[in-house]
Amino acid sequence: MVGKTHPEPGDPAAGNGILSRRIFLEGALVAGATSAGLSRGSAEPLTVQPWMKVPGPGFGGYGQPSPFESKVIKVFPPPPNPAGVGASRTPLHMLEGMITPSGLHFERSHSGVPEIDPDQHRLVIHGLVKRPLVFTVEALSRYPMQSRIAFIECGGNSQALNAPQAQPLNVAAIHGLLGCSEWTGVRLSTLLDEAGIEPQARWVIAEGADAAAMSRSIPLAKAMDDALLCLYQNGERVRPSNGYPVRLLLPGFEGNMNVKWLRRLKLTADPAMTKDETSKYTILLKDEKAWQFVFPMEVKSVITRPSPGLTLRGPGFYEISGQAWSGNGSIRQVDVSADGGRSWAPAALQGPILPKAPVRFRAAWQWNGGPAVLQSRATDDTGMMQPTRAQFGDERGLRGVYHYNAIASWRIDEKGEASNVYV
Amino acid sequence: MFTSKSVAVCVSVLTSGSAALAQSPQFGQSIEPADIAAWDISIGPDGAGLPPGRGTAIEGEAIYVAKCQACHGDRGIGPSVVLAGALVGGMGTLAPDKTPIKTVGSYWPYATTLFDYVRRAMPFQESKSLTADEVYAVTAYILDLNGMVGSNDVIDAQSLPKVRMPNRDGFIPFPRNPK
Repeated sequence: MVGKTHPEPGDPAAGNGILSRRIFLEGALVAGATSAGLSRGSAEPLTVQPWMKVPGPGFGGYGQPSPFESKVIKVFPPPPNPAGVGASRTPLHMLEGMITPSGLHFERSHSGVPEIDPDQHRLVIHGLVKRPLVFTVEALSRYPMQSRIAFIECGGNSQALNAPQAQPLNVAAIHGLLGCSEWTGVRLSTLLDEAGIEPQARWVIAEGADAAAMSRSIPLAKAMDDALLCLYQNGERVRPSNGYPVRLLLPGFEGNMNVKWLRRLKLTADPAMTKDETSKYTILLKDEKAWQFVFPMEVKSVITRPSPGLTLRGPGFYEISGQAWSGNGSIRQVDVSADGGRSWAPAALQGPILPKAPVRFRAAWQWNGGPAVLQSRATDDTGMMQPTRAQFGDERGLRGVYHYNAIASWRIDEKGEASNVYV
Repeated sequence: MFTSKSVAVCVSVLTSGSAALAQSPQFGQSIEPADIAAWDISIGPDGAGLPPGRGTAIEGEAIYVAKCQACHGDRGIGPSVVLAGALVGGMGTLAPDKTPIKTVGSYWPYATTLFDYVRRAMPFQESKSLTADEVYAVTAYILDLNGMVGSNDVIDAQSLPKVRMPNRDGFIPFPRNPK
């Protein structure tokens, strides 16, 4: 064969129909990719609809999604658990891009969502500081602010994949404890400097104003590095379910440490050993030992489309779309597979690619109508690659509950239905 | 050529600029430790922060039955609220290849954590409503059910940190935290 060294758009790049990402990188036509299974017969004649003929309603004070989008909602278990205990999950399969709409950002609460009057709210900094200080929300709002786009992922996200048998769950039920916002607020280091840190201080105990007074110990080094006291989420004040009027953001660290409704920061020499950093959020290993203080959410990715509940409509061209993220840095590469990990091809990464923020990845797939297993595998800029489920289990076992980040698999059957499987 | 006057103006601008930079905003109000006391509910594993008061398991049983049992189940086993989890039992279930039952007795490394959590977050419908004596007593009751203390042992700020939890040495650092 005469030297064709680069794949053309539409060329196979990996087994079972994964095409070259040059389709996305160059916006080129897909030479070989067609919608063979779909009838491309003539469309119906166009008609003039009622909404084209009369004026619509007037303005509203706060915009709402179309009533036709009423199924795009968070999912949460019904009672018997007390209301507000547990989590609601982001419907990842119905969303695109990198930002989670504030109203669809997952929530984890331990005693419901408090209704906090911002004029009555106080944040106190005390303990090993030279000057204990109290801040009103108004005072916090006067400091210079910073914005950054960052994910928050619950330490318990994807824990269903520890189960010995793959459960019939969709992407929201398995991976929906993930959200990404543009967060704006005051650097925690600014306020700690104002209080004056005593040299013995090593930890900061953060506590919420909810009825559970949720509390975690945070390394002082993280507090001084990139911790943000967030007043705004996606341009508006932080939603109550995400910590109104002020929450802690620890970019890349497990969600539970990003304390919502923040009311108190106590500097100490040692961690407090709170309930959530001892009995929860510790990872029981294969032997009787457990990892404690597991901070970063390590490199991970998930395909959001196709995924369970989104039925493929016959063989042909499909975009594989998903999110990849790392609590240790930026995403460098995402590979996709349609044959259960036997062959891989790099996906296109959609910018901006930011540290500790999700990246949308896209791959082109020509489905031949036969069985397929779709997987994604992320690598971050520290060089860490997402493990297979077998590699993950070899290191720590599958009793750890938290911080599950192994490669996930969707099987596509001949009917185009996707389901959660292990391979 | 700059004149000496224009140089002086430049220096003056630079000086006032750096003075403005050095003046960082300070909007916190100082507060005395005594005025923080009502909020300072953190307890260290060494017992730092434990309030005055005392209780025994015998005293704690009635409080548990009245305030805790509806969710956490009879004697801390078989909770009606799944997320509440069992408080008692599970000994030996951390062993390799077993399904772990992580309770106060089988998993929690510090008895002080139990006092801290009950005081800040329980009873669920009326948190922070128990007196210090009641928190000590219900803490003693759960420790007694797990075999950590005796029914008549007095649990207070001195004795609670000395309770040796079976899984005290069960935790190791995560090897891949950022430096």
